[in-house]
Amino acid sequence: MKIQQISLFAENKPGHIAAPARLLAQEGIDIRSLYLADTQQYGILRMIVSEWEKAATILEAHGFVVKVTEVLAVEVPDRPGGLADVLSALDGTGINIEYMYAFPYMCRGQAILIFRFADPDAAIERLQTAGINLLASDELLKQ
Amino acid sequence: MNSTLEMSVTDCHAASVPDYTPVPELRKLQLKRLQAVVMRGWQQVKLFRARMDERRLTPEDVGSLEDIAKLPFTVKSDLRDTYPFGLFASPMKDVVRLHVSSGTTGKPIVVAYTKEDVDVWTSVLVRCLAGCGLHRGDIIQVAYGYGLFTGGLGAHYGAEGLGATVVPTSGGHADRQIMLMKDFGVTAICCTPTYFLHLIDRAAELGVDMKELPLRAGVFGAEPWTESMRQHIEKMSSIEAFDIYGLSEIIGPGVGCECRRHEGLHIFEDHFYPEIVDPASGEPLPDGTEGELVLTTLSKQAMPMIRYRTRDITMILPGRCECGRTLRRIGRIGRRSDDMLIIRGVNVFPSQVESALLQIEGTLPHYQILLTRVQGLDQMEVQVEVTPQMFNDKIGALQGLHERLQGALDRVLGIRVRVALVEAYSIERSEGKAKRVIDRRTS
Repeated sequence: MKIQQISLFAENKPGHIAAPARLLAQEGIDIRSLYLADTQQYGILRMIVSEWEKAATILEAHGFVVKVTEVLAVEVPDRPGGLADVLSALDGTGINIEYMYAFPYMCRGQAILIFRFADPDAAIERLQTAGINLLASDELLKQ
Repeated sequence: MNSTLEMSVTDCHAASVPDYTPVPELRKLQLKRLQAVVMRGWQQVKLFRARMDERRLTPEDVGSLEDIAKLPFTVKSDLRDTYPFGLFASPMKDVVRLHVSSGTTGKPIVVAYTKEDVDVWTSVLVRCLAGCGLHRGDIIQVAYGYGLFTGGLGAHYGAEGLGATVVPTSGGHADRQIMLMKDFGVTAICCTPTYFLHLIDRAAELGVDMKELPLRAGVFGAEPWTESMRQHIEKMSSIEAFDIYGLSEIIGPGVGCECRRHEGLHIFEDHFYPEIVDPASGEPLPDGTEGELVLTTLSKQAMPMIRYRTRDITMILPGRCECGRTLRRIGRIGRRSDDMLIIRGVNVFPSQVESALLQIEGTLPHYQILLTRVQGLDQMEVQVEVTPQMFNDKIGALQGLHERLQGALDRVLGIRVRVALVEAYSIERSEGKAKRVIDRRTS
């Protein structure tokens, strides 16, 4: 159920996102989602790509500092209250969301949110018990 | 049987015998040589003669070693002002080698060697390497630059003189350095400490574990480095790291070196006479007091240096080393009076920045100090490369790191500096001496 996400350290300067994007393009790796968390000075570029191992190897070989983290892709009904329902499944469990962002494609008419949890295994168990669907990597990448 | 034979041959190199000269005998030898070198300078070097005349001194005024304090100093600008050959005490036909100092600031300086000078230089380097526990049978990679810089050829002659196998890689080409180190089973390396840090990083990227290699010693010099950097190097590569000291003006590397006790650097006092003086007044300071190191070459022929101001800040360590050498020791040179930066009136040394960075992550990331002036006010920025160990994909964690670095620098330096986290490899790598400070202040 866990999805491998690639994170890069990037200085907040013109052109600093272009270099990794170009490298991945050259290797035919598809960036399925991209999210930039930034401060004034630097940012963290988080990506879900078609071939994460190859992407990490290529980026590291070109001197980028890369971290692979495990995230979950959670199906959220595309209606008012959809997100609230998912989050309320976590209420009182002590499961901490470190960050989240929206995946840009829909799946079976449902929205997809990417979550990074401090304890992904506990989150998987809890969400599945609450009947919330998690997407496996192959399902997510074919969207 | 073979191994016992090896032991007896290699335990103490014949060249190391002068390291153990009884002190009274050593002082007698020093005085004799000091009187000779003063006479040589007085007879052959116009500038020295003029300065002696100004003070109404003649070589006869040197009756004891203490009398050295009467003699005029020589400073780096004297070498520039007399460029190229003005301080030579030998005719060019007797000079077998010229080296040119890197001259990080201004015009270069030229240094000359007679055949005897090259032999002395080789002998002190043999004594350095033997003191580091190296001997015939060792394979020594010399990754100092070969050429005008004294590091490469100096270490090369020393390693050959020791009877070791020399791999003269010179500087640069890190991948090839690592390949040869691994394929040849290199047991010791001579280079700058920052270049070795670069090799450690690069080896890790290439999947080579330095700890698994036969490499057991590193003889590092040509730039000041810290005790914490030694610990880092030793931890990352499982070698024993030695500090070697020298400067082109005196002879090149090999003026002094650590022994295996690592409690200061023994100065090869039979050839180089050390004094510590107050950098401001030039007054001699007692052993155990920090000041500027002043060196006199006792046996140099082609270009004697009398009371040369090294700009290196250190002290003569009181007492005798437990290794048994009678040679006096100086403390590790952490800074040079030249390196001192004055930021908004506060004295700052790059080595302080280094120790602050080491406190935080326990490793030394690549860093650079950038100085600018905004509306008449000095600004200091410390750029720190984010390493894979430091990187975390949560903004909060990176901000925490940023704050810890900021806090450590503020505490150590006592002034507010800006810390910038920058991408890996965005700071230029040094192949020789690290360029840690970029000063864009225009006065």
